[in-house]
Amino acid sequence: MTPDHHRSNVSLARRAWAIRHNAVRMGQVQGQGYIGQALGVADVLAASYFHALSYRPDDPEWEGRDRFLLSIGHYAIALYAAMIEAGILPEQELETYGTDDSRLPMSGMASYTPGMEITGGSLGHGLGIAVGMALGLKRKDNPAFVYNLLSDGELGEGSTWEAVQSATQWKLDNLIAIVDVNDQQADGKPSDALMQMPEAPRWEAFGWFAQEVDGNDIDAVVAALDAARHHPGPQPRVVICRTTMCKGVPFLEEREITHFVRVEEDEWDRALAILDEGKPA
Amino acid sequence: MSLGPNSRRTPKNVARSAPPKGGARTSAMIASLDAEGRATKPAPFGHALAELAQTRDDIVGLSADLSKYTDLHVFAKAHPDKFYQMGMAEQVLISAAAGLAKEGFTPFATTYAVFAARRAYDFIAMAIAEDNLPVKICCALPGLTTGYGPSHQSTEDIAIMRGMPGLTVLDPCDATEIDQATRAIADHPGPVYMRLLRGQVPDVLGEYGYRFKLGKAQMIRDGGDVLFVSTGLMTMRALDAAARLQKDGVEAGVLHVPTIKPLDEDTIAEACGKTGRLVVTAENHSINGGLGEAVAGTLMRRGLRPAFAQVALPDEWLDAGALPTLHDQYGLSVDAVVKRVKGLL
Repeated sequence: MTPDHHRSNVSLARRAWAIRHNAVRMGQVQGQGYIGQALGVADVLAASYFHALSYRPDDPEWEGRDRFLLSIGHYAIALYAAMIEAGILPEQELETYGTDDSRLPMSGMASYTPGMEITGGSLGHGLGIAVGMALGLKRKDNPAFVYNLLSDGELGEGSTWEAVQSATQWKLDNLIAIVDVNDQQADGKPSDALMQMPEAPRWEAFGWFAQEVDGNDIDAVVAALDAARHHPGPQPRVVICRTTMCKGVPFLEEREITHFVRVEEDEWDRALAILDEGKPA
Repeated sequence: MSLGPNSRRTPKNVARSAPPKGGARTSAMIASLDAEGRATKPAPFGHALAELAQTRDDIVGLSADLSKYTDLHVFAKAHPDKFYQMGMAEQVLISAAAGLAKEGFTPFATTYAVFAARRAYDFIAMAIAEDNLPVKICCALPGLTTGYGPSHQSTEDIAIMRGMPGLTVLDPCDATEIDQATRAIADHPGPVYMRLLRGQVPDVLGEYGYRFKLGKAQMIRDGGDVLFVSTGLMTMRALDAAARLQKDGVEAGVLHVPTIKPLDEDTIAEACGKTGRLVVTAENHSINGGLGEAVAGTLMRRGLRPAFAQVALPDEWLDAGALPTLHDQYGLSVDAVVKRVKGLL
């Protein structure tokens, strides 16, 4: 089945733009947020939600959907932005981001938000849950895929590697991990701590079908996700996406990048204006 | 570099003198839980789950390399297609169980209590309990049921599991109860942590006509002088102690509390509020944060002030050794319980 969004004539570049725009507007509501990550991962989410994934916007629990698990709870701002663009969440809720009684909390939780498959935030959980869901789908002969978006920082968690080994053991060819590598975690660079550069050989050594791409090159991400879905081997798949924090807003890209990017009050409108200037057709 | 005083800490075994030649009585390998001649049943958890799975396709079993030692191997042999050997990896054991539950299955995840409670706690919390998933975490070697020492002795699991919102916590007493509780938790819609006795498990409660009810404390025998409020294997000990005390003219009741969370506060308060009897909680767990403190909290909140004592393990890293010796040493044996109660009367 081809969902409607796959037949849309809206370009993926435009989808990525809308994700960035939605995310900046949410950041503006709170005066803060993980906007650096959201801008960086927008192209990956555009390729995921508007090319690779099957889902029904009006029925987020549709049994046939591909499951998209967000490990990194603080990336919720990015996923909300994508789900708003996808029509899973209404656009007007964007203004409630992080406020009391909102369905869009700062850290993503399954019990709060339609379309949010898991509660992330305690890092290193998503891939293990993905293993269980992939096993469950196989038990049900359900051909859907399980995607897990995790971060390079999570590669430091031992539990991630338990899940990596388990996915290989169970030949989970219905599991696609997407690793956002922006080389930034709370205290500095994961590559100075527990990440490898390049990262793909480590996954290959564990038996995964691994690809490493420029995560801000939509065509490259699309091609990698297609290859991941159609790879004939019986192994789990990983697409390692190198991304640039704050991508698309040059004055933020140039700022000394940290895990939590500070944005001054007057800079939100400036960021939106820059995005508007570059709005794709 | 100067190291602090802890760098000079003397290991326990250095502080001890060597045992006398020929003086070792029993072995750490002896895991016998109960009196000689007591009826037992083999692997009640494994058999109950295997039987349940004959009619329920949603039930799956997972183990982290301990199926043989949690009795899950009985299930695995009967239903190899429903069994997942997850390897020596407790974090993915628990997260994968969560994932299977999200896809509509009812996973029973097994390991030792120490490994679930200590190593996989964050995963039980965030992957399972916060999402209210129907995963049943069933764990062998609760409290002091092995002589291997602290690496295997789960003396604080109930305390930390009680702290987790939404989690049902069970400590069944014997083979009859493990059989019935396994079936009951399979029907329960939420997450459960259940302690398991494994292998040849004593069978005690059947003779009292007992039927397990999830969330209910039940009076197994009544008595006006002392009331044991007990859970897990300590209910067996309390029943034996009550019989011994009766011979000495002391009437002791036994209120069995297999569900530690949610606690059946009404039944406990009613039983403890009666007459002037001494309340003695009894549990195979640290004195901190287990049944005893839960009962004490209930009584305080309800304005009840009976004479009160706790039979529980001390707040210590326990010794290695043979179980009968250790149960005497730490106050869990029938002899020790009887002596303790007599001293309090």
